[in-house]
Amino acid sequence: MDEIQKTLLEQIAGLHEVPQGAYNIRANGVSAARNTTANIDIIAKEDKQGIDIRIKPGTKKESVHIPVLLSQSGLTEMVYNDFYIGDDCDITIVAGCGIHNGGDQASRHDGIHSFFVGKNAKVRYVEKHYGSGEGTGERIMNPQTVVELGEDSYMEMETVQIRGVDSTKRSTKAKLADRATLVIKEKLMTHGKQFAETSFEVDLDGEDSGTNVISRAVAKDSSKQVFFSKINGNNKCNGHTECDAIIMDQANISAIPEITANHLEASLIHEAAIGKIAGEQIIKLMTLGLTESEAEAQIVNGFLK
Amino acid sequence: MLELQNVSFEVEGENKKKEILRNINLTVDHTKFIAVTGPNGGGKSTLAKLIVGIEKPTMGKILFDGVDITQMSITERARAGISFAFQQPVRFKGVTVKDLIMLAAGKENKLTIAGACEYLSEVGLCARDYINREVDTSLSGGELKRIEIATVMARASKLSVFDEPEAGIDLWSFNNLIDVFERLYQEQKRSIMIISHQERILNIADEIVVIANGTIQAIGKKDEILPELLSGTSSCRYYQKREV
Repeated sequence: MDEIQKTLLEQIAGLHEVPQGAYNIRANGVSAARNTTANIDIIAKEDKQGIDIRIKPGTKKESVHIPVLLSQSGLTEMVYNDFYIGDDCDITIVAGCGIHNGGDQASRHDGIHSFFVGKNAKVRYVEKHYGSGEGTGERIMNPQTVVELGEDSYMEMETVQIRGVDSTKRSTKAKLADRATLVIKEKLMTHGKQFAETSFEVDLDGEDSGTNVISRAVAKDSSKQVFFSKINGNNKCNGHTECDAIIMDQANISAIPEITANHLEASLIHEAAIGKIAGEQIIKLMTLGLTESEAEAQIVNGFLK
Repeated sequence: MLELQNVSFEVEGENKKKEILRNINLTVDHTKFIAVTGPNGGGKSTLAKLIVGIEKPTMGKILFDGVDITQMSITERARAGISFAFQQPVRFKGVTVKDLIMLAAGKENKLTIAGACEYLSEVGLCARDYINREVDTSLSGGELKRIEIATVMARASKLSVFDEPEAGIDLWSFNNLIDVFERLYQEQKRSIMIISHQERILNIADEIVVIANGTIQAIGKKDEILPELLSGTSSCRYYQKREV
């Protein structure tokens, strides 16, 4: 790995070197490093780009890292990664994509992650997206996540995109069985002329299933964001979606929540708020000695923390 | 030392300008504890905002340690040594109590977590329970007020201005609050200006300033002003001066 790739790896996975446990590092379209453990197997797909990650039932306190790095300008790829998580597992999965584009051609990574989560399993899934490079070529990422949660399972998904991605369409779809729970926390910041579209769709099919979809977003400069969040209550269930956004400069944000109850015992809530930073927040921090721009940065950092 | 010279402040009304404060002349000496009181709508909070820089006077001058700060920004005044506790403290999503106290103490002072906790304990909050809490809607009004006071204590400024610190605080906490101000005054030996309606706060001040109808109605030692104020607003000569 070269220095640029090491920087990308640190940004998206917080890693300084190869991680502990199972991992697959994909760099410029090929697998750069891979490790499997007794409980976690990683197998390359034969019919298309991507890998299958198979985690044995009962695997506890293990982690899988599958970062994707693109540092070659003009590279375009479509990757399929499928996760089969056995019953009663308790695991952490860290994915993410970093693009460094120093050239004038667009670099693009489209990834489809499918999760098949077994009964009573617990999954923490973290994905971070980051772009860098001085080139004029766009950095494009279109991640898709498909989740099937088995009975009594729990999944928490943290999805973060803080800088450098010019264009992104992010789609997450989930189906929940009885007593399954899905928590999604999205943090998104766009700047310059960036565009970001996020779409969550959760089907609460199982009895006593539940979801909480929370998005915090900041749009700066002349960037544009669209947020869709759709929850279908098809059984006795609980669903909550919340989009909280700060708009700055000449940016533009749309939040479009949609909740549908197809069952009498479905309890669904949506909340969406968009606004600029409250003037009194800036004033308060200025009375502590911060300048106006320091105050703004502090408020945005806290909001996206 | 803070000095207000002929300070007036007016705002644009529907048809004409409305005067909120008129010809205020006031001096707060170094290490003085001053209480500002008077009826609602009299201009007390505006006075605090003019001192802190949230509003700028339409006429007159404000001097701090001999320097004209009339046109200085909020940030410059804060750095010069003026602190302000808001009447209605501001909430932030994602900013923790620790963040606020650390910011208040300033980067250069390198306040430790233990140090930040001490300020919380001073205002009667169990530090362990609060230090990592977000300063958001999960905190009650009373909790927020106490955190606000802790941030001002952490700044240890030459002049601290408190706008109705007692508002929203329960009776039990109020007793402790009096101790907090007394200690703050005794230990830090700096100037304090408190806007308050509470007799017990007025009672620990060196001087009391009565503001009504946009002007200073009375100013003097606590022993001169307080008995008159307490004799009841209906017969109080300071309040009587209000124009109808």
